Amino acid sequence: METLIEFFSFKYPNIKYVVFGTILLSISSAVVGCFTFIKKKSLVGDVISHAVLPGICIAFMASGSKDPFLLIIGAFISGWISILVMDAITQNTKIKEDAATGLSLSVFFGIGILLMTYIQHSGNASQSGLDTFLFGKAAALVGKDLMAFSLIAVIVLITVFLFYKEFKLISFDPQFARVIGLPIKRLETILTSITVLAVVTGIQAVGVVLMAAMLITPAAAARFWTNRLSRMILLASIFGAFSGISGAYISYSAPSMPTGPWMVMILSIIALISFFFAPEKGIVIRQWRRFSIQRQLLEENLLKAFYHIGEKSGEHFSKVAVDDIQLIRNFSPAQLVKGLRKLRVNGYVKRNNGTWHLTNEGFEKGKRITRLHRLWELYLTKYLRIAPDHVHEDADTIEHVITPELEARLEKLLEYPTSDPHSSEIPK
Amino acid sequence: MDAFWIILTGSLVAVSCAILGSFLVLRKMSMVGDAISHSVLPGIVIAFFIAGSMQSVWMLVGAGILGVLTTFLIEFFHQKGKLQTDASIGVTFTWLFALGVILVTYYAGNAHIDQDCILHGEIAYVPIDLMYTSSGDPIGPKAVIILSVVLITILLFVVLFYKELFITTFDASFAQAIGISTSKWHYALMGLVSLTTVASFESVGAILVVALLIAPAASAYLITNKLSMMLLLSSAFGVLSSFFGYWLSYLLDGSIAGAMVTVSGAIFAICYTIVRLKK
Amino acid sequence: MIQQVENPALEIHDLTVSYDKKPVLWGIDLSVPRGSLCGIIGPNGAGKSTLIKAIMDLVDMNSGYVKLFDQQLDDVRKKVSYVPQRESVDWDFPASVLDVVLMGRYASLGLFKNPRKADRDAAMKALEMVGMDKFYKRQISQLSGGQQQRVFLARALTQNADIYFLDEPFAGVDAATEKAIFKILQNLSKEGKTIIVVHHDLQSVETYFEWVILLNLRLVASGPTKDVFNPQLLEETYGGKLTLLTEVGELVQKGEFKAREKQ
Repeated sequence: METLIEFFSFKYPNIKYVVFGTILLSISSAVVGCFTFIKKKSLVGDVISHAVLPGICIAFMASGSKDPFLLIIGAFISGWISILVMDAITQNTKIKEDAATGLSLSVFFGIGILLMTYIQHSGNASQSGLDTFLFGKAAALVGKDLMAFSLIAVIVLITVFLFYKEFKLISFDPQFARVIGLPIKRLETILTSITVLAVVTGIQAVGVVLMAAMLITPAAAARFWTNRLSRMILLASIFGAFSGISGAYISYSAPSMPTGPWMVMILSIIALISFFFAPEKGIVIRQWRRFSIQRQLLEENLLKAFYHIGEKSGEHFSKVAVDDIQLIRNFSPAQLVKGLRKLRVNGYVKRNNGTWHLTNEGFEKGKRITRLHRLWELYLTKYLRIAPDHVHEDADTIEHVITPELEARLEKLLEYPTSDPHSSEIPK
Repeated sequence: MDAFWIILTGSLVAVSCAILGSFLVLRKMSMVGDAISHSVLPGIVIAFFIAGSMQSVWMLVGAGILGVLTTFLIEFFHQKGKLQTDASIGVTFTWLFALGVILVTYYAGNAHIDQDCILHGEIAYVPIDLMYTSSGDPIGPKAVIILSVVLITILLFVVLFYKELFITTFDASFAQAIGISTSKWHYALMGLVSLTTVASFESVGAILVVALLIAPAASAYLITNKLSMMLLLSSAFGVLSSFFGYWLSYLLDGSIAGAMVTVSGAIFAICYTIVRLKK
Repeated sequence: MIQQVENPALEIHDLTVSYDKKPVLWGIDLSVPRGSLCGIIGPNGAGKSTLIKAIMDLVDMNSGYVKLFDQQLDDVRKKVSYVPQRESVDWDFPASVLDVVLMGRYASLGLFKNPRKADRDAAMKALEMVGMDKFYKRQISQLSGGQQQRVFLARALTQNADIYFLDEPFAGVDAATEKAIFKILQNLSKEGKTIIVVHHDLQSVETYFEWVILLNLRLVASGPTKDVFNPQLLEETYGGKLTLLTEVGELVQKGEFKAREKQ
C-alpha cells in the first residue's frame, strides 16, 4: 500500500515521466489497433514491429549515434518496406496472405538480429542499449527519448482525430469509399504511416514481439463491449492506458519485473475477462443465457402440460397429480421438482396436499403457450408443407420464441384459425 | 569440426521446419505456426522449473502441450467467442509469450535460460554440449542427436501418412466425405510443429524457427507445382540456408541463426525474381 | 407437392440444420428413387449446398436423419461419392491432374497403403471418360474452370459409387464441358446409379433431370420433373423467402436456442 501511495504521489519526477510515456504510447497503439482490427489485418502490427529492427540497426550503423529521431526514421523506413514487400508478394505470386505475413516478419527480423549481433561484436562502445528494442524498457523512457516518442504519439492521435471519418469508411467499406470519391490510396498511406509510427514508439516500451499485443489486444477486448467504432476506440484507449499505469507500477514496486510483458499480461487479462464476461457477447454470458432459456422452456412446458390436462377434463383449475403430468410429457423427476418449485415461487401454480393446481396467471400462460404451439404447427403444415405428424417437435421449440407481434401476424396470415392440423382447438 | 556440427544442427532444424512448413503454407496456417513457436515458451519454462534442466523429456512434453493448447485456444476464441482469426492468433500468442517472459525473469537467477536465447538461440554452443554413452564415451552433441530423432519422426510421419496429409490439405471436405478425419491430422501436424519448435529452440530461438518454417517452403512453392518436389526443394533450401548462413555469420561475426534466416530470405528473393521475370 | 417413394436411394426424414444457431433448413422430409437423375433447385441462399453437406455429414444436423439405401452413411460410405464446389479448393495447390483423381481411391486404400497400378488404371479410365486423359500430367493450376470440373468428376468416378452428390457442377464451365458432364451423368443414371445435383440454371432443368427437389429454406416440392416443375411451384420457390420464417429463425439465433431440443 505504501508503494502504491508513493507511486501515485509521483514523488520522483522519473516515475511521472515513465507513467506519462507509457500511457501515451499505449493509447496511440490502441487507437491505431482498432483500425487494423476492423480491417481484419491485426497481424500487420506484428509484421511492422519485427521489421523495424533492421532499420534501427542500419540507422545506428550509418550515424553511429543513438539519437532517437534518427533511429525512428530508420525504423519507419524499414517498417514501411516490410508492408510493401508483403503486398508485393500477395499481389504478384500465388503465395497467400498468411505466408506473406510470416515470411516478411521473420526474414526482416532475422536480418535485424544479424545486424544487431554484428554491431555488438564489432565492439562499438555506444551500442549498448540498442537491444532494449527487443524486449523494451519502459523505465528508459526519459529525457530526449521520451520527448521524441511522446511527440510521435501525439501526432498519431491528432491524425486519427482529423481523419476519423475517412479512416472509418476505408476500413469498413473501402468499395463504398471509392465510389463516393475518397482518395483511398492517399488515406491508406496515411493510415499505414501512423500504424508504423505507433509501432515504432510502442516498441521502446514493450519490445518487438509483444508490440503486436499493444495493437491487437485492446481492440479485441473493446470489441466485446460495443458495436460502435467511436466507443471501441475510447474503450481500447482506456484499456491501454490502464495497462500502461499498471505496468509502470509493477516494475516500480518490483524492479526486476519487466514492464512490457506485464503490460501485455494485464491487457490479456482484460481481454480474457471481456471474452468470457462481457454482457451480450461474452462466452459465459451467452452460455448462461442458453441455460436460463432451458429453464424457461421447462417451466413453459410444465404449464402447457397443466393446460392440456385441464383441456381434457374441462376443469382447468382442478387438482393435478404429478403422475398425470408425467403422462402428458416425460419430464425427469429432477426436472419436475425444480420446475414445479420455480412455478410455485412465481405464482403460476399452487400446491395442496401433494397435488397441484394452476393459478389464474398459470392458466393464462399455459393457454398462450398451447395456442402458439398450435398456431406454429398450422403454419408449418400450411406454408412449409411439413406432414402434420412431423410438426410437433419443431413447434415445441418455436412456441417459446414467438413474440406477441409475430403472434398477431401469424394469426392474420393463417386467417384467424380455430383449430390446428390435428383438429385440436386453438385457444383464444 | 565445430563448423561441421553447427552446420549439421542448422540443417537438421531447417529440414524439419521446411517439411512441416510446406504443409503449413499450403494449409494457409503459417501464422498459426508463428503463434505456436512463440507460445511454447511458458511450457518450456515450467518444464524447466519442474525438471531442473534443459533438454529433457519434460521440455518436449511441456512445449507439446502448450503448442496444442495454442491451436485449441485460437480455435476456441474464434468459434465460441466469435473473434476474427487474425486477432485470435495475435491475442493468444502474445499473451502466452508474455507469460513466458515473466516466468523467465522470475527464474532468471537460477537458470541459464535467458531472454536472448528465446529470441535467437545459441547454435554456437551446440558442439560443446555432448552426450555420452553409459561407459563415458562421447557420442556427439546433444542437440544433434535430439534433432535427428525429431527429423526422423517427421520423415516417418510424412512418408507413412503422405496421402492423408495430401488429401486433408488439398480438399478437407472431400477427405471428410470419404471418412478421413481432418481434425485428427490437423492436431497431429500442429503437435509436430510444437515438437520441432522446442527441439530447435536452443539452437535458433523461437522467432527464427518461424522463418525456417515459412521462407524455404514459400520459396519452393513459388517454383514448383508438385508437392513431393516442394518438400524436397524446401529441404534443400533449408540446408543451403544453414551452410551459407554459417559462412555469412563467420564473415560478419554475427548471430548464426540470424544469418541463416537472412540467407533463406535471399533464396526467397531469388525465387521471386525468377518467377517474376518468367512472366 | 412432395412425393415419397418406396425403397428409395436417398431418404431424408425431418431434417433441420442451423448455422450459428440460425435454422437454414427447416424440417426437410423427402425421398429420391434409385437410379434417378435428380436436381436440387432453388434461389441463392436457399440451403441447397447445406442440404448436400448435411447428407454427407459435413455439417451437424439439429434433428432428423438421413438414410442412403436404407442404411447410415458410415455403413455405405464406399458407395457414396461427393463432388464439392469447384471453388472450395485452392487450385494453386502443387498437384497434378492424376494426383487429384487418385484421391478418389484413397477411401478404399486405408492407412499405410499407397496407390498401385490398379488404382492408376482406374484413374486413367476415369480421366478418359471425362476426356482429360491427355492432361494427366498437367499441373492443376494450369487448368481452365471446365477442366477443373472434369477432374473433380473423374475423381468421383474412380470411387465406383452407387450414388453421386454433385455441388454446382455446371457453375462457370464452358458449354462443351457442361454437355460432356451431363452425358456422363446420364450414362451413370442409365447404369442404375443415383445422381443428385445442385443446380441453378432453370433453363436446363427439364432436359437434364427426371426428378426435381425445389428448396427454399423449407422443402417446396419433390417429385418427377413433369409434376413439380411448374410455374406455380417455381413461383413459390423463388417468390422470396417466407419473411415470418426468416424472422423466427433470427429470434432463435438471438436467443441461442437449439433449433430443436434433442429428445
